[in-house]
Amino acid sequence: MNIYLPIAEVAVNAFLILGLGGMVGVLSGMFGVGGGFLLTPLLFFIGIPPAVAVATGANQIVASSVSGVLAHLRRRTVDLKMGAVLQAGGLIGAIAGIAIFNYLKSLGQVDLFVTLCYVVFLGIVGGLMFIESVNALRKSKRGAPPKRKQRGWVHSLPFKMRFRTSGLYISVIPPVAVGVFVGMLTAIMGVGGGFIMVPAMIYLLGMPTKVVVGTSLFQIITVTAATTMMHAITNQTVDIVLAVLLLVGGVIGAQFGTRIGTLLKAEQLRILLALLVILVCAKLALDLLLEPSEIYSLNPIREAN
Amino acid sequence: MSPLRLLFLSLWSIVLATYVSAEEVVLGLSQDRVAITATFDGSEILIFGAVKRETPIPTQAPLEVVVTVSGPSEPVMVRRKERELGIWINTEGVVVDSAPSFYAVATSAPFKEALSDTEDLRHKVSIQRAIRSVGSTVEGSQAFTESLMRIRENKGFYTLQENAVALDEQTLFRTALRMPADLIEGKYQTRIFLTRAGQVVSQYETVIEVNKVGMERFLFNLSREQPAIYGLLALLIAAISGWGAAAGFQLLRNS
Repeated sequence: MNIYLPIAEVAVNAFLILGLGGMVGVLSGMFGVGGGFLLTPLLFFIGIPPAVAVATGANQIVASSVSGVLAHLRRRTVDLKMGAVLQAGGLIGAIAGIAIFNYLKSLGQVDLFVTLCYVVFLGIVGGLMFIESVNALRKSKRGAPPKRKQRGWVHSLPFKMRFRTSGLYISVIPPVAVGVFVGMLTAIMGVGGGFIMVPAMIYLLGMPTKVVVGTSLFQIITVTAATTMMHAITNQTVDIVLAVLLLVGGVIGAQFGTRIGTLLKAEQLRILLALLVILVCAKLALDLLLEPSEIYSLNPIREAN
Repeated sequence: MSPLRLLFLSLWSIVLATYVSAEEVVLGLSQDRVAITATFDGSEILIFGAVKRETPIPTQAPLEVVVTVSGPSEPVMVRRKERELGIWINTEGVVVDSAPSFYAVATSAPFKEALSDTEDLRHKVSIQRAIRSVGSTVEGSQAFTESLMRIRENKGFYTLQENAVALDEQTLFRTALRMPADLIEGKYQTRIFLTRAGQVVSQYETVIEVNKVGMERFLFNLSREQPAIYGLLALLIAAISGWGAAAGFQLLRNS
């Protein structure tokens, strides 16, 4: 069954979009990630214009994050104060990101830049996560206790603040910086940024693992909501019909994902996620390196009406 | 042949010539507006008509019919990728001044027979001529225009269907034009040319309106006229469905 998307102005197969949303939902349920890093490139692939894919992806992540954060709030695994600090940084980053996005769009290099961002970030994060989780799996097999996190340079910065839920007393500079950075990624790549933020929270800020996912989701809601609004107002590229289809699939998929997630061990889950991230990265890198089948591309210049 | 007979023949041909230009198109369309609904999956428009004439059918050259439908024209930026530092990136770009978003040509004979090159130039009938590209500075800009045509032909936005207009008794004609699902809104200019020996003897124009309707119309307008409200609506839907999902599955788990 085909559905005509009013903003993207393309007709797509409704079941394909539902399936995509469902698949991403399964992943977000399994791994506690938004899945935007996978969703946005897949939307490009099925022919949604990149600008619409990025903006609508942001809107879709709002929904899955709201769903996730409510579950975490019930379990009291959200550090609201840390979330607020991250959000402040995130909003600044998102505004900067939208400006960069629109500038690159005018140069015709937005596709390249977005793809490069994906390759670089997915490559780094996927690689680190893979190495780390393989090591952790080895250690847990040998029965050695996991190494205690070190207190590094992050704790010598000024403007200290107490984060009770996380049990931290650290400077606000690193969380704001992390927020700004992830906010920019949200605006440019159409991702929630959980795949950057979760490692940053654990390794850089030293937050306890149990509050990381909930807090990350909490921050993502605000930033993706702001990004949706900014894309809607400046570019008019948010497609509600596409978003609803993705949502329906995503909501159902997430529940299956959660079930699958409980059947696997944390280390195994992380290796799987790392492999997935590396796979997406490799695919995107190949697209840049191999000669494309069509070296020309068309961009109609439509007068704003 | 007697001189009298020759005179008669030449007179007859003059009479013919005046009447030839008096052949006119009476047109019918299966639909003169295309409504883009949520489940819009392309559309097939039947274009049919008759040739009205007051005299017997001229005999010197067969009548041919050329039908064109053209979507709204807009400038298009065509970019070319080149390998730089090992990766493929957009380098040169050429703006094609005006290219129709959709263009279909159907003829009752092979295109070259139905329309002479001069007439094609004058009326801009072929796909090539329907695209306007002037004042380009990049060398080899022809390659960019050609790739624009190739890409749109591959996607079914530009079509040339030769021998696709059925013509009966040089009077009744009909053809079906397929419009793809990814249409943009606007007035689709529809032209019908009657030709003899490649020369246009009569021309008729009408418009097919393509519009979004219902929910598609509402959402599109809202996104353009009230982007802030549209954005809030998108967020509201997202928040409610996110909350609904969490609450719904919580209920399922507890029961």
